[in-house]
Order: sequence, then structure tokens, then C-alpha cells
Amino acid sequence: MPHTNALYGPLDPAPDAGYENPPPRMGFFTDTSVCIGCKACEVACKEWNGVPESGLDLLGMSYDNTGALTANSWRHVAFVEQPRSAGWATPAFAGDPDGPAISPVTAAAGARTSTDTGTDPGLPTGSPAAAARMSGGPEFLGMPGAQPPGRGSGAEGRTDFRWLMMSDVCKHCTHAACLDVCPTGSLFRTEFGTVVVQEDICNGCGYCISACPYGVIDQRKDDGRAWKCTLCYDRLGAGMTPACAQACPTESIQYGELDELRERAAARVAKLHERGMPEARLYGHDPNDGVGGDGAFFLLLDEPEVYGLPPDPIVTTRDLPAMWKRAGLAAMTMAAATAVAFLGRRQ
Amino acid sequence: MTRGGEQLTVPPADFASYYGRPVLKPPVWKYDIAGYLFTGGLAAGSALIGAGAQLTGRPGLRTVGRWTALGGVAASTYLLVHDLGRPARFHHMLRVAKVTSPMSVGTWILAAFGPLAGVAAVAELAPLLPQHGVLGLARRIAPPVGNVAGLAAAASAPALATYTGVLLADTAVPSWHDAYPSLPFVFAGSALAAASGVGLIAAPAAETAPLRRLALAAAAIEFGGGHQLERQGLTSEPYRHGRSGRLVKAGRVLLAVGTATALLSRRSRVLAAISGAALVASSVATRFGVFEAGRVSARDPKYTVVPQRGRLDEKRSATQL
Repeated sequence: MPHTNALYGPLDPAPDAGYENPPPRMGFFTDTSVCIGCKACEVACKEWNGVPESGLDLLGMSYDNTGALTANSWRHVAFVEQPRSAGWATPAFAGDPDGPAISPVTAAAGARTSTDTGTDPGLPTGSPAAAARMSGGPEFLGMPGAQPPGRGSGAEGRTDFRWLMMSDVCKHCTHAACLDVCPTGSLFRTEFGTVVVQEDICNGCGYCISACPYGVIDQRKDDGRAWKCTLCYDRLGAGMTPACAQACPTESIQYGELDELRERAAARVAKLHERGMPEARLYGHDPNDGVGGDGAFFLLLDEPEVYGLPPDPIVTTRDLPAMWKRAGLAAMTMAAATAVAFLGRRQ
Repeated sequence: MTRGGEQLTVPPADFASYYGRPVLKPPVWKYDIAGYLFTGGLAAGSALIGAGAQLTGRPGLRTVGRWTALGGVAASTYLLVHDLGRPARFHHMLRVAKVTSPMSVGTWILAAFGPLAGVAAVAELAPLLPQHGVLGLARRIAPPVGNVAGLAAAASAPALATYTGVLLADTAVPSWHDAYPSLPFVFAGSALAAASGVGLIAAPAAETAPLRRLALAAAAIEFGGGHQLERQGLTSEPYRHGRSGRLVKAGRVLLAVGTATALLSRRSRVLAAISGAALVASSVATRFGVFEAGRVSARDPKYTVVPQRGRLDEKRSATQL
């Protein structure tokens, strides 16, 4: 007899999947307030799991050149630059000078100097006019400049600035749409409550990819199959910490029993609020949300959509009984229409 | 705020996103799947017509219905296998039967329908066999076997035609999911329209009277059950605008024209063929339009973020009151 919450609502997924006396549900708590954007998680994940390279690309999205979670990137560090102060702190750079870093005359003179580098042509002299021009301050090239905000543009053009960094990963949902719709049984629920693709079963139908409300699972082109984070199922079985959490130097990625992580996260949010960061909030921690709570949840400093996360995802299979009912009704209508059409006059 | 089903509130134009990138992964299904929506529906509708013709003594129409059903299901199987990332592993679909996976349900519906449609169609070859000997025996056995298979195929046909609505709706793709009440009806109507169309083109003129009524019923089902498709708020936008919107509109216009022409074509073979072509084209346009609308809605973060943000803000203001 399926659980009344089998499709929606709070549920412990491993016993629901048929495990008897499973180990506690394991997960990730990613605290983005201490993420420093080092991408060690991305690298460690690739190394441990043998994930192919995802190409060298410059996306013009701050320091994010990964872009999104894909079949070849199971951790993705998002970088968001915002003209906003962090918390209730005094405006940043309040007392800093706002004039040009160097006078135009000095810059022009500097451009005429050279030095013997022992090479040829070595360091040729520059253009004094161009050097004088750049002393006015950096041009905005779509990436963070080398100078403090307002330098050269005047104090009135100065904005506060904050940098959001967040290591995204598969959410290992309580109600995992990818798993529910998989027609081969390739996706399965582990005893730890996580969701894993069996690559020897997947036939690349792509249904899970359209079903995921977070846009996580993806198809590898040359291979045709769907791939995503396994929460290092092989390491978990051996009692080890997943590679990304192991590599994280700031404990932004914390691995452990989900119940304990949820307690830890609630305490962390309370502490941040107390310290003057009212924007700190949890995402995916609530067993009453649209996916029954995530196995991998987050502490964010802005709305989820700013990080590319859906603000209020709902597992598509919540509506599946209603969908089958509509299809049944349509099927009966179709059969009845055919019967009526053939029972009418012969000509 | 709604009036007559129309959404009057204008959704906020501004919303936050991560560098404008989509939240969802757009479907990786190729046009194979849009094609399958058409061929699968055609097969299902034709099997129903074949059975109706069989029971009401219209042998010409029965033959057309059965062969079209087999052709449609054969094309469907090819398209479905071809769309897989690993076509050689298509049989992995048969490892499990899962009611939570419309694709698994569909696999088993096709597995039942396909062989039945095949037997029913091949039984139509019986008159070509010699009168005597072992083959003569086959000649006598084939028609009743074909009749049973034809009726059984028709019994599973409505499921084949309508489960595809659930197949698309049971995804996170905003325009597909939100359209779940409409899609099975749109697809049921579209399937009957396509099958009636082929019948009007290929069947003997004396036997096509039911097809005219069926085309009318198809239009009624598609317009009646599917009129919400374009009226479900922001996520119905792709059904009205852009390439997907033009395809859906073309499907509707062709359906209306095809049905009207069919009703007027009682005495003209040419007019019947034209109406049939319009009905088939209508089904193709509708299927590709709906398919494309989903892809558009998954590619633009607007369709994911704005409705969810609205829902969340509503929930928050409700708890604050």
C-alpha cells in the first residue's frame, strides 16, 4: 500500500522506497554566506567521479565560467555581483579617496619610461596620450575592475557592492520527479535517501531532464545518457564524505545526517540575523515545500531566482492523479465519439 | 482577477534571474517526439475507425483504418527508438512498469497496441492467399483473427491517443505542465481528425459518412476540451505567440476548414480529399505547435520564475494576514 504522501508532502524517502531499517537520510547543507568561490568543489567532484571536462569558456558571467549544472558539471559555483551592501553594515569604502589613482601627467610620464628586461623587444615604451586617458579610471568592461568603487568616477557614482557565491548541486528531492518519471528504472533511491542514475541502465530517453524542476539532470552529448550528482554514493557506502564537501576549505558545503544539518542550518540563520544580516534565509530545508524538502539544501543571501534557482518548485507528479483522470476522461470521450459517428446514418 | 477565463492582471515585466539563463533544462527530445505525437494519434484514431467500419460492414474503410493504424504505429516505434540517446537500449523500457512514469505506461500501451494493429492489418491480405491447402486454411482463419485483433487494438487505442497528453504534462516544462487539463483532449481530437482525414482521402466514397461526423466530433473535442490551452495565464503565452503560437493557430484554422469542407464534400471526391488533407495537416501543426510551445517555455526563465514568485508572494501575504 503506497504511503498517502507517496507523491506529495513530508515523507522519509528510503523506507518509502522499500528499504528496511535504512541508515539515516544523508545530505548537504550548503552555507553560501561562507563560500569564497574557489571552485574546489567543482574540481574535486570531477576528479573523484571521473566527470569529463566541460570545455574552457569565458561566459562573461563574473567568475562563473561553468554556467550551470550539466551532465559534465555536477557542482556549479554561481557568482553574482550586486550593487548592494551586505546586511546593516556601514556603506563600504565610505572614507576612501575618490579622485583618480594617478594624475594624467604622471601617467603620461610613466608611459615614456622603459626598463631593460634582458629580452627583445622587452618592455617597449607606451603611448603617453592613452596612458593619460586611462588615469581617469577604469572603463567598465563587464567584470570587476582593479580599483575600488568610485575611484575616478567620484563619490556620488560609488555604490556598495557585494558578491554572492553559491555552490549549486543536485537537490536529491524527497519527491524526485526525475526518479518518478524514469521509464527504465535507471534512476533509483539509495538507502541514504539520495537519488542516483545507473549508467548501465539509462537509455537516454531524456524524460528526467524535462521533469527536474531545478534544471539539474542533463544529457551527455557523445554518450546519450543522463548524468548528475550521485552524492558520491560510492564514498557514502564506505562511510566517507562526498568529494566536494571534503574539498571545501570553508565548510560552506557541509555533509551529514539531514536532520542534524537542518538543526545546524536553523541555528546558523538565527546567528546571521542576530549579526545584522536579515537577508539570510534557508532554501529547500522545509519538508512541507513543493518537493517534500531537499536532501541538499542551502542558506542564501537573496531570493532563489537571483542564483538561478526556482523560487517555489513543485514536483510535477503531485498532479499526476489529476492528469491520468483527465486522460481517462478524454479517452472515454474519444471512444464515445467514434461509436456515435458510426451509429449514425449510412450516407 | 479573471473574467470569462481571461487573465486580466498583467504579470510583472521584471523578474530576477541568473544572467537571464533558463532555470530549467529545455527538453532534449528532438522533433521525432513531435512527429510521434502525430503518428501515434493517427494510429489510434485509425484503429478506432477500422473497428467501427468492421462492426458496421464497411470493408473498404476497415482496410484503410487497419493499414493506417499499422503504418502509424510502425512509424511511432521508429521515431521513439530513434529519439533515444542510446537507441540500442530501447528494450530497457521493458524492465519495469511504472504508473508514475507516463513514458513507461505508454511503452506498455504501444507494446499491446502494436502487435494487435499488425495482426489486424495483415489479416486484410487473406483474399490474396490461395483457396486450398495450408494457405487456404490461413485464408479462412485470418479474417476472424483479424477481427478480434482489430477490436482489441481499438480498445487500447483511446489510451494510446490520450496518454501522450500526460507524457508532456508530467514534466516541469511550464507550458506543458499547466496545460494538463487540456492536452489529453487536444490530442484526442487531433488523433480523430488525422485518422478521419486519411480515411476521407483513401477510403471508398460510399463508406465515408461516419468520417464526416467523426471529423465534426474531433473538432468539438479539440475546441471544447482544449479551449483553455491559450487561456491559462502567463504560461499559455507560447501557445499564442511566436512560431509555436502560429503552428497552434494554423492547426485550429485547418481543423475548422477541414471539418467544414468534409461536411460539404458528400458528393465530391476531390473536396473530400482536400478536407482530408486539411485535417491531417491540422493534426501535424497542432502537435508540432504544442511541442514547440513547451520548448519555448522551458528556455525562458520568465515562465518558470514569474508564476512561482507570484505563488510564493501570495502565500507569504496570506500567512502575514
